[in-house]
Amino acid sequence: MKLPIFLDNHSTSPMDPRVLESMLPYFVEKFGNAASRNHAFGWAAEEGVEQARKQIAKLIKADSKEIVFTSGATESDNLALKGVLEMYKEKGTHIITSSTEHRAVLDTAKSLEAKGLATVTYLPVDKYGMVNPQDVQNAITDKTILISIMLANNEIGTINPIQEIGKIAKAKGVLFHCDATQGVGKIPVDVQAMGIDLMSFTSHKIYGPKGVGALYVRKRNPRVRIAAQIDGGGHERGMRSGTLPVPLIVGFGKACELCEQEMVTETARLIKMRDRLQTDIMAALEESYLNGHPTNRLPGNLNISFAYVEGESLLMGMKDIALSSGSACTSATLEPSYVLRALGVGTELAHSSIRFGLGRFNTDDEIDYTIKKVIEVVTKLREMSPLYEMAKEGVDLKSVQWAAH
Amino acid sequence: MAYSDKVVDHFNNPRNMGSFKKDDADVGTGMVGAPECGDVMKLQIKVQNDTIVDAKFKTFGCGSAIASSSLATEWLKGKTIEEAQKIKNTDIVQELNLPPVKIHCSVLAEDAIKAALADYQKKTDGQPTGTK
Repeated sequence: MKLPIFLDNHSTSPMDPRVLESMLPYFVEKFGNAASRNHAFGWAAEEGVEQARKQIAKLIKADSKEIVFTSGATESDNLALKGVLEMYKEKGTHIITSSTEHRAVLDTAKSLEAKGLATVTYLPVDKYGMVNPQDVQNAITDKTILISIMLANNEIGTINPIQEIGKIAKAKGVLFHCDATQGVGKIPVDVQAMGIDLMSFTSHKIYGPKGVGALYVRKRNPRVRIAAQIDGGGHERGMRSGTLPVPLIVGFGKACELCEQEMVTETARLIKMRDRLQTDIMAALEESYLNGHPTNRLPGNLNISFAYVEGESLLMGMKDIALSSGSACTSATLEPSYVLRALGVGTELAHSSIRFGLGRFNTDDEIDYTIKKVIEVVTKLREMSPLYEMAKEGVDLKSVQWAAH
Repeated sequence: MAYSDKVVDHFNNPRNMGSFKKDDADVGTGMVGAPECGDVMKLQIKVQNDTIVDAKFKTFGCGSAIASSSLATEWLKGKTIEEAQKIKNTDIVQELNLPPVKIHCSVLAEDAIKAALADYQKKTDGQPTGTK
């Protein structure tokens, strides 16, 4: 086993060597511009791109013509929201989204609001982080043009009832965008069955290269149109101009193909490791709390709050394991995780949260090491914690008059 | 963000971690911060003849908060009450090389020192110290 261990697979993932291999011919040998229609260099590049488009479409049960390449999921989210709003503004300007969306959706919505281009409803979630489809239905007005709800949450892994929301959107004639960045390649996605009209996802979360993503744009039933946000040569059916990064796209395609082929076995393996990590840690450490849905969540996700210890110090104590925390100290904003807060998790427990993100290349040995280390560091930090000492003495921490600063 | 070597050292080998009995007459206790802000520091001093003979801390907070309070206990030992009053958060920032986002950790440590001194002085109630 090699240190440090990478257990932060929600942030990004290591590239699969098989993906790298598929990309290599497209740097030096097949370097052509996929838009060059008149020579062999262009044809070779285009062939690589079209093959990838098919591999990607297959994973999400779409048609290859419905895939629009972007630089990543953030751009896809921006393009979906801004593109739909600009295209359909005569019809309405109301957007429905949820409070636990990724910031690529939330900040895009807020920016549209600030510019006076849209009104936005931010739906609450339940204590597991799940959107209630009934809330979506109730929020729809005759001005609603777009619903944007994520497939699976990046912090707590909770999976939303996308199919039900899709049905509601369809019945009401409202477009449905799904940010599926964390879900595609990890759980089965079927844009037809789920009733999705636009869907954002990216390559680097599924063992492909960074710098490329896609927006699925439904072609029929209904035919969705979006206003381009980047003008130029009219690539990607006019929806996203710019020379295609052929090697990245080829790698993205290969990554999708591998996910499709290996999803069943990989999911079983990840769930087994994840459940062991969860059970062993929570059995050994009192007052550790699971954040997110107990069963309906991503196979590789585990988010736990350890009462009386602060997240950043936990990460510091386990610096040979790459993890993430909802603690304010690890964020640029100095606010603890808005996702955990939306679930109703208390601020002090949000500060104490750790996210484990398991992926394709994690091993049982690494999980063993992590279990041992987490128990050791939490125990050590609790001994150092005045809050733990007070709790042990029977002081109710909620009754203490704290001097907030 | 990388931590300075000194922060890492204090975090891995905290000095004077622990507690005194807070009801003892020669002990002053300062507890500052709030759990919802992500840091709480408890700092205690033991005083004899106006001199801090021992100090202990417990901290809930990030690595820099733990290091700031650990360093504070080191500095407090051997100082008189008057000298201890002069410890400034900027001294801690400098010693630990704290980045701007962590300055509040040093402020909290200074507050904890002041609170512990005030608690001790309240106990002695103006009486000559170390004679109880």
